[in-house]
Amino acid sequence: MGPIIILGVESSCDDTALALVQDTPDGWRVLARELSSQADIHKKYGGVVPEIASRQHAELINALLERLFGQAQLGWGEVELIAVTNGPGLIGSLLIGVGAAKAIAFAREIPIIGVHHLKGHIYSVFIERPSLAMPFVALVVSGGHTVLVNARGHGDFVEMGRTRDDAAGEAFDKVAKALGLGYPGGPLIDQLAKVGNPGAIPFPRALPAKDSLEFSFSGLKTAVMYFLKQQARDQSAFSLSDLAASFQEAVVDALAEKTVRAAGLAGVKQIVLVGGVACNSRLREKMTQRAAEAGMDVYYPSPELCTDNAEMIACAGYHEFKLGRRDTLRLDVHPSLAI
Amino acid sequence: MLECITKNEEETKSLGRQVGLHLSAGHVVGVTGELGAGKTVFIQGVASGMGVSEPVTSPSFVLMHQYSGRCPVYHFDLYRLESSSEIQTLGIEEYLWTDGVALLEWAERAKPILFPNFLHVQLHYLDEAPADSRRVVLEDPGGRFGRLLEGMLTRCEYLRWIRLPI
Repeated sequence: MGPIIILGVESSCDDTALALVQDTPDGWRVLARELSSQADIHKKYGGVVPEIASRQHAELINALLERLFGQAQLGWGEVELIAVTNGPGLIGSLLIGVGAAKAIAFAREIPIIGVHHLKGHIYSVFIERPSLAMPFVALVVSGGHTVLVNARGHGDFVEMGRTRDDAAGEAFDKVAKALGLGYPGGPLIDQLAKVGNPGAIPFPRALPAKDSLEFSFSGLKTAVMYFLKQQARDQSAFSLSDLAASFQEAVVDALAEKTVRAAGLAGVKQIVLVGGVACNSRLREKMTQRAAEAGMDVYYPSPELCTDNAEMIACAGYHEFKLGRRDTLRLDVHPSLAI
Repeated sequence: MLECITKNEEETKSLGRQVGLHLSAGHVVGVTGELGAGKTVFIQGVASGMGVSEPVTSPSFVLMHQYSGRCPVYHFDLYRLESSSEIQTLGIEEYLWTDGVALLEWAERAKPILFPNFLHVQLHYLDEAPADSRRVVLEDPGGRFGRLLEGMLTRCEYLRWIRLPI
């Protein structure tokens, strides 16, 4: 028998993602992946609409599963483990993925493992870099999360800090909506910021207390709203790209600053940057620069592995499986599961 | 209906805390205000007044966070929701007027469901004022919070409340 084949299922937010991966001696082999993003559907609402999201997952998941196995030219009987995101996320969306995974596990009599979405993101870095080893400090930064995790070893993750109000990606989305840019806000602001001056508007840096590892982005969001109101009242013109660049710089500064500090406190030399906002070009640049100054290395996955995907869930699930963890068909969803 | 001005985020939060101290199971508080007006900040105060010690963060992404205080605290954010029919399909009503206190951001989106038995807290930006200063309006359309509002006049006297005609 060759290396184990794992089916990963991820449906915690607006993407239905499936993957078949294999842990080979040369590293992770992705046999097939299917991703159905609902971004176009949610675009007109300026964000993810939960009820629409779960209905879409339900409509898509069976067809995607068939396409996945077709693409991999595998039979259902060849899967030996199912890993599925069971939290945190939107409850309706999580239920669709977990329901599908349990049905397959029951029919094929194979083990099932529930995976924490944020742990999944952390494992996304191993898919392209199987030789990377813990310990490292991971910044998981997306539309719903901004968390610093001390990854000391498999099964040994400790949260070091998180946002005390908005997630960084949420701030990007909300500011983009206020600027009339659309959804998702991150890539749009990233693009616009490339031609803007990041020092044009001195927005406050979201650093609550110098020695804390907490983030705060709601004050920055308020500062942007206030700036827009003032400009409207004074009927003065300003450059949208300067605003985007200045806002982005404030977010990125806070993220890079706290992450490097966390790595220092944890006594590690490796930083891992994952989650949807890890695609942000300025964040990658700044983090690499700040880490280099501190003698640290930064690793981040390709963009398609930064955003929600099922490869990372399969990878994380398999590591837990190897540690001896198993779930049963009673596996439940947890919208706000702690790491 | 009462109105006051809070000078900064800290005052907005401590006003929330005063409200939280006097809420009990079955109460519903709807907070409205533009993006960045301080809805989460106010609710952080309310939660602390209710004895919640966990960090209270924006639930925009997952819609609801549940905390434990003197009684369960359900913190909703309806930012992503468009219509009240969409809100109805989510079953928010199951958390209203129950064993806990429900706190809702972007409450205007659920007004047909909430009205009139909720405490309506409006947060407004002020023109020509410090960026963190807010005009706060407390409204009690169902007449359930009379004592709470009267209590505010004395406990938070420094806020120089103004009574508004209903």
